[in-house]
Amino acid sequence: MTTRTFITRMATVSLCLAGALLASAPALAQGRGGRGGAPQAPQTPRGAAPVDLTGYWVSVVTEDWRYRMVLPMKGDYQGVPLTPAARKIADAWDPAVEAKAADQCKAYGAPSILRVPGRLRITWQDDTTLKLETDAGQQTRLFHFGAWTAPAGPRTLQGNSVAEWEGGGRGATDGALKVTTTNLKGGYLRKNGVPYSQNATLQEYYEVITQPDGSPLLVVTISTTDPEYLRQTFVISSHFKKEPDGAKWKPAPCSATW
Amino acid sequence: MSRTSTILALVLLLGVSLPARAEIDLSGSWASINHEDAMERGAGPNPADWAGLPFNEYGRAKALSFSQSIISMPERTCWFQTQWHIAAGPFSLRMWAVPDPVTGRVQAWVVGAWETRAPMIIWMDGRPRPSKNAPHDQTGFTTGRWNGNELVATTTHLKTGYMRRNGAASSDQATITTHFRRHGNVLTVTMFMVDPVYLTEPYIITRSYNLSTNPVSIGGPPCIVGDEGVESGRVPHHLPGKNPYVGEMTKRYGIPLDAVMGGAETMYPEYRDRLKDQFKHPSSKCALNCGG
Repeated sequence: MTTRTFITRMATVSLCLAGALLASAPALAQGRGGRGGAPQAPQTPRGAAPVDLTGYWVSVVTEDWRYRMVLPMKGDYQGVPLTPAARKIADAWDPAVEAKAADQCKAYGAPSILRVPGRLRITWQDDTTLKLETDAGQQTRLFHFGAWTAPAGPRTLQGNSVAEWEGGGRGATDGALKVTTTNLKGGYLRKNGVPYSQNATLQEYYEVITQPDGSPLLVVTISTTDPEYLRQTFVISSHFKKEPDGAKWKPAPCSATW
Repeated sequence: MSRTSTILALVLLLGVSLPARAEIDLSGSWASINHEDAMERGAGPNPADWAGLPFNEYGRAKALSFSQSIISMPERTCWFQTQWHIAAGPFSLRMWAVPDPVTGRVQAWVVGAWETRAPMIIWMDGRPRPSKNAPHDQTGFTTGRWNGNELVATTTHLKTGYMRRNGAASSDQATITTHFRRHGNVLTVTMFMVDPVYLTEPYIITRSYNLSTNPVSIGGPPCIVGDEGVESGRVPHHLPGKNPYVGEMTKRYGIPLDAVMGGAETMYPEYRDRLKDQFKHPSSKCALNCGG
């Protein structure tokens, strides 16, 4: 074969393959359900999920154990970059007062709920809303995808959360859910009165990591920014093992003292 | 020849038309965010506090025999920090890629050393793992692979080291798996310690880092052995039942002894049911290692 023939053949094969790839591109872009000639509706956030977060997850408490598994000691705010105003609040915390308080859920708000030992149930409420529920404290968070607009209303414990997918595809399991939460009511980062204010905002990344035995581990990186009570963004990460079903789901009300 | 040209064309086409294997740049200085386990990673954990650690009875017995004075032995001064020190210590990370000088491909990723932790060299070139009988050391042998934008590193060939810096030890049979995931300027590192000798379940730790423009040291300072006058042949230790620190967590924080002795059950929410009636909330205000 001459060099010229070789180049011609190479070009022909390349063109054929490029054509084939281009022809298949729309189907690939549409992902699941992309086969067939009919025009496809744009994929919903649920359909586009690069990672499956749904199911039951149990917290694995290997970090900050004495701040999470038991009621921490008054004035122990090790690791939290508090402002002087926040320290004053934490130092004034009184478990006897908290026990009688009408609001027992101050430590169950969005910035701290994933530090409370318990189980998560994650489901799709609809094609654009992912729902996260906790059995400890019986809280519900809604993660809204797309052009969702928060309704006017008072600040709440779980705030308003908008969500978007990041990464994933090409056979990798590196996708993540990015959640941004605003409109929070003030609460506690830890049950011993370590506060965050209503000016706090939250950014989280939910991702599933494959454990050495092949089972999934949900890892959530939680960044809380609060110009009033935190000197710098407070960053922690919590992890959860997947459970086969809800057999151990045990709803319990909030408790300010346990 | 025709077949050869077709194959070559295919290779060339795939090379130019498909996206490069997903990788994210992890290089740079990553400042450690010590907001969780701040005391454990900084000054060090309380003695005899192994709550949340999935010990078996051998792991617990070894930890109970531990005396911090053991590091005054010259041969023990630098022994305890394996690659797990990324999780157990407070230090920032410096990461960089090492290119193959001929192909330019990344041959290895390196997580620079800090004090007694040797650099983690994550070989990306597919080299085989050494024989299980090859020498073990604090560095270990680490290989890596990309899962999209996630770097997954597996470390074996370690010597015995700290799992927690109060005597909780990992054995030379341990395997550490480290997952590096970057989101913007935040790096989340998830580490799994699997140890058939001292653990009943993997010990899982997650840590976060901020990308920093302040350069993190790439290699030191080194651990230097000094003579602290320890009598030759003396090995600081506690005999069974004689560890004087066993009651300290109960005294200081009201946490029952059963909990601080660790075990996999202490990692899960159900354990709180067992704790509830035994836990005594301290009436005093925190006076030591309280943060802020």
